[in-house]
Amino acid sequence: MSIIEIFFWLLSGLAIFSAIMVLISKNPVHSVLWLIVVFFAISGHYILLNAQFLAIVNLIVYAGAIMVLFLFVIMLMNLNADADPQKNVWLKVIGIVTGGLLLTVLVSAVRSSNDLVNRSAELKTGSIGLIKSLGITLFNEYTVPFELSSILFLSAMVGAVVIGKKE
Amino acid sequence: MWSFSGLATGIDAWLTQRFNPALSLTIEMVLAGIAVITLFAVLGLVLVLMERKVSAWMQIRLGPNRVGPKGILQSLADTLKLLVKEGLTPNSADKLLFNFAPFLAIIVAMLLMAPIAFAKDLQLWDLNIGVLYISAVSSIMVISILIAGWSSNNKYSLMGAMRSGAQIVSYELSAGLSVLSVVVLVGSLQVSDIIKSQADGWWIFKGHIPMVVSFVTFIIAVTAETNRAPFDLAEAESELTAGFHTEYSGMKFALFFLAEYVNVFIVCAVGATLFLGGWMPFHIGHWQGFNHVMDYIPSSLWFFGKTFLLIFVIMWFRWTFPRLRIDQLLNLEWKYLLPISMVNLLVTTAMAILGWHF
Repeated sequence: MSIIEIFFWLLSGLAIFSAIMVLISKNPVHSVLWLIVVFFAISGHYILLNAQFLAIVNLIVYAGAIMVLFLFVIMLMNLNADADPQKNVWLKVIGIVTGGLLLTVLVSAVRSSNDLVNRSAELKTGSIGLIKSLGITLFNEYTVPFELSSILFLSAMVGAVVIGKKE
Repeated sequence: MWSFSGLATGIDAWLTQRFNPALSLTIEMVLAGIAVITLFAVLGLVLVLMERKVSAWMQIRLGPNRVGPKGILQSLADTLKLLVKEGLTPNSADKLLFNFAPFLAIIVAMLLMAPIAFAKDLQLWDLNIGVLYISAVSSIMVISILIAGWSSNNKYSLMGAMRSGAQIVSYELSAGLSVLSVVVLVGSLQVSDIIKSQADGWWIFKGHIPMVVSFVTFIIAVTAETNRAPFDLAEAESELTAGFHTEYSGMKFALFFLAEYVNVFIVCAVGATLFLGGWMPFHIGHWQGFNHVMDYIPSSLWFFGKTFLLIFVIMWFRWTFPRLRIDQLLNLEWKYLLPISMVNLLVTTAMAILGWHF
């Protein structure tokens, strides 16, 4: 087993374990912290695929910005295990059933897609995740969607400022 | 110019001759880790002493002068005291997270050492997105501060952590934009490329006024990001006792302290690399003779000289400006620094496209 394989299994195990911990942690702050661990494990996978830019952007956007926002809100609201309302047992059963159905759909979709079957990942070599090739693709083939999404972000920012402004 | 690549390849060849590749790689990593930890210890001792000496000098007093000649062993004695002190954990704290937070802070500081070029060819990992890596990993610092503040179960700690988090997240924007302006001029995020592009002059001289503006915004933003005065609202003693590390004592407190000083060193090293040429000696265009004379000064001396100059500037801030109020702090970032650095980035981009720099 090569070093890359060992890393792959370690990271996958870590990702799945911490994803489960996100769900079963009683304390919301612990859940958020486990979610950060999940993002780190996924970034590790990106690095194994030589997509360093994607890995770093994943860290900046999710672990660095969105999760910090989550932590802020949860910590300030001081949610803890006692404040958690008792849920109906039937609600849990329905949740498991719907989640399981979604999993089945996703797995069957991945298994039946012709693009993915019998393909192996490019380890350490591919250049698709590097900043140069990503930039060229974004600004050549997807210029209009890219610009549209930046306008979307801008309008979201302006909206936040308008809502936050004092009367 | 003497470079460290000879030493590195020598060690590498010696190890691969004796062990198999995987083992020699592991040994090399361990060596690099030991080097980083040694640097950490030395930096902690030197920077704490430097801070106290600089503050004493600015306030016309003597500063530490009892332990060792001229007090140079003072921080060693302090470290010894912190080591033997009891590390208390509050009863109602979240024990695991409380004890984990200082280590997270130190791990983040260690990870930040990877892409910094300390001298010619002395760099742990020259990855192709070096500058972005630094800003990404340093944003993880916020999480350790938030964990520390929340898990202490103390309202002052929580308030300090919240202030600190809000401050770091907002000032990261203008720091990132001023870093980007250099990246636009160089056309690469790789640290070695950025340093090589300054072989005929540092960016602060080559890039006219826009570069000076982004240098100034960078220094202001990183002072705020490292939670140092005049932006030290997070640990405003008169309001919050000690901010997010109120409940920490002994070695766990020392780790936060060390991480803070190492972060100051790292942001100054990044500033020196981006704007002042890193290890690149002071070169002027095509003045061959002058440049050749400058090359005789070792590259590591250039790097540490520039970095410590910037550290001195940041310490100078601390003893010059009074602390800002929270609304002044947010106004400064969102109403002044951010628009300035956005316009500045546009101007720099135009400059890079039209080739108006040297």
